[in-house]
Amino acid sequence: MKPAAFDYVRAETADEVLSGLAQEGGNARVLAGGQSLMAMLNMRLAKPKLLIDIMRLRELRQIERKAGAVVIGAGVRQAELLAWPGLAEALPLVALALPWVGHAQTRSRGTICGSLAHADPSAEMPLALVALGGEVHLRSARRRRRVAAREFFAGMMLTARGDDELIEGISLPIIPKARFAFREVARRHGDFAIVACAAMTTPAGIRLAVGGVADVPTARDWPRLEGSALDDALNGFAYELDARDDIHATARYRRDLVRMIGRDLIGEVLR
Amino acid sequence: MTRLKAGARHPVRFTLNGKAVEAEAEPRMLLSDFLRHRLGATGTHVGCEHGVCGACTVVVDGMLTRACLTLAVQVDGCDLRTVEGLAPSPDRLGALQRAFRRNHALQCGFCTAGILMSLDHYLSRHPAPTEEDIRDLLSGHLCRCTGYTPIIRAALEAAQLATSTEETSDA
Repeated sequence: MKPAAFDYVRAETADEVLSGLAQEGGNARVLAGGQSLMAMLNMRLAKPKLLIDIMRLRELRQIERKAGAVVIGAGVRQAELLAWPGLAEALPLVALALPWVGHAQTRSRGTICGSLAHADPSAEMPLALVALGGEVHLRSARRRRRVAAREFFAGMMLTARGDDELIEGISLPIIPKARFAFREVARRHGDFAIVACAAMTTPAGIRLAVGGVADVPTARDWPRLEGSALDDALNGFAYELDARDDIHATARYRRDLVRMIGRDLIGEVLR
Repeated sequence: MTRLKAGARHPVRFTLNGKAVEAEAEPRMLLSDFLRHRLGATGTHVGCEHGVCGACTVVVDGMLTRACLTLAVQVDGCDLRTVEGLAPSPDRLGALQRAFRRNHALQCGFCTAGILMSLDHYLSRHPAPTEEDIRDLLSGHLCRCTGYTPIIRAALEAAQLATSTEETSDA
């Protein structure tokens, strides 16, 4: 339970981060709050040759409200976003989901973007990013690009980030007049979710996003369905997620949760 | 930008419970091991070493921090508080520690240092917590012998005593 040896750089500028990533590529990892990466290092599931600490870069510590979106920098800790005065009004879904991320003792240091980079399929922030249709801002020494949430998560703990790219931040759209609901089932509060669901009303109808079942958080859009049409849609979605049995729950139980929580949450946002 | 090389030891300086300290660490050395082995501050305990059990919880620059998920080199220049800083003097316990003792809120004591740090941090910012608040906070700690009921009782009693003492001293 001790990390393998690595070099450590405390970056003072973004250029230092980008040149480090350009030179070392897949042998380098970005260290932010460390609440996922340090556990991976301790268990030697990750053995990078270089850690680049980005937490002293002031430009990554910003939460900014821009036209129609909130931009959250890579250095913003989960507790800082939770304490941001504009959160409940601009991003009600994040306000609902964030208290479920880990515990007070890990939210204090863990970052929003770090959780996205880790891409655990049962984590809440990846689910919120997919549910809201946010974007991930990637930057390398060569270029800057933005990747839509649904393309960013490529598989279990796998993302579209290139080895030389830094997640600079994310943008989450402010969706006016939408209603949101969030719920998850875990053995204890703060544990990884067995199933987590986020529902929202959209101009077109309803959206349900599910984490903890498929390899990536997954969203579906429907018109305003009710009764047996909604039951059928939820049942189809639950099967499409291709749930598997594991030590925490059976596939059948996960499908049941998707159907039941999905129905409850959609009822809540349509009420 | 300085690159701290793997395998070499680098000086790490920070403030520990109000005192300047310095020792050397390889980049991969965890803060929990640095406190215990380099500085001899063994009040901080090491349980799971992957951030789940909470035994190693300390306060870094006002943030609750798992020492096992933090590198010693990361806290260079920071202000740290550990369980050793809770008692006013070596022969006296702090108010929260006394409440733990009165309520039998510890048995083997392995989880206690981390729980004390979380509660001390929380109560200093939320002087009138509800039982639900305390339960939520304690979800970040595992205790395998006392159970949580006496710990919750001790926390609520310490909060209540702190508030009532302030009121009487103001009068």
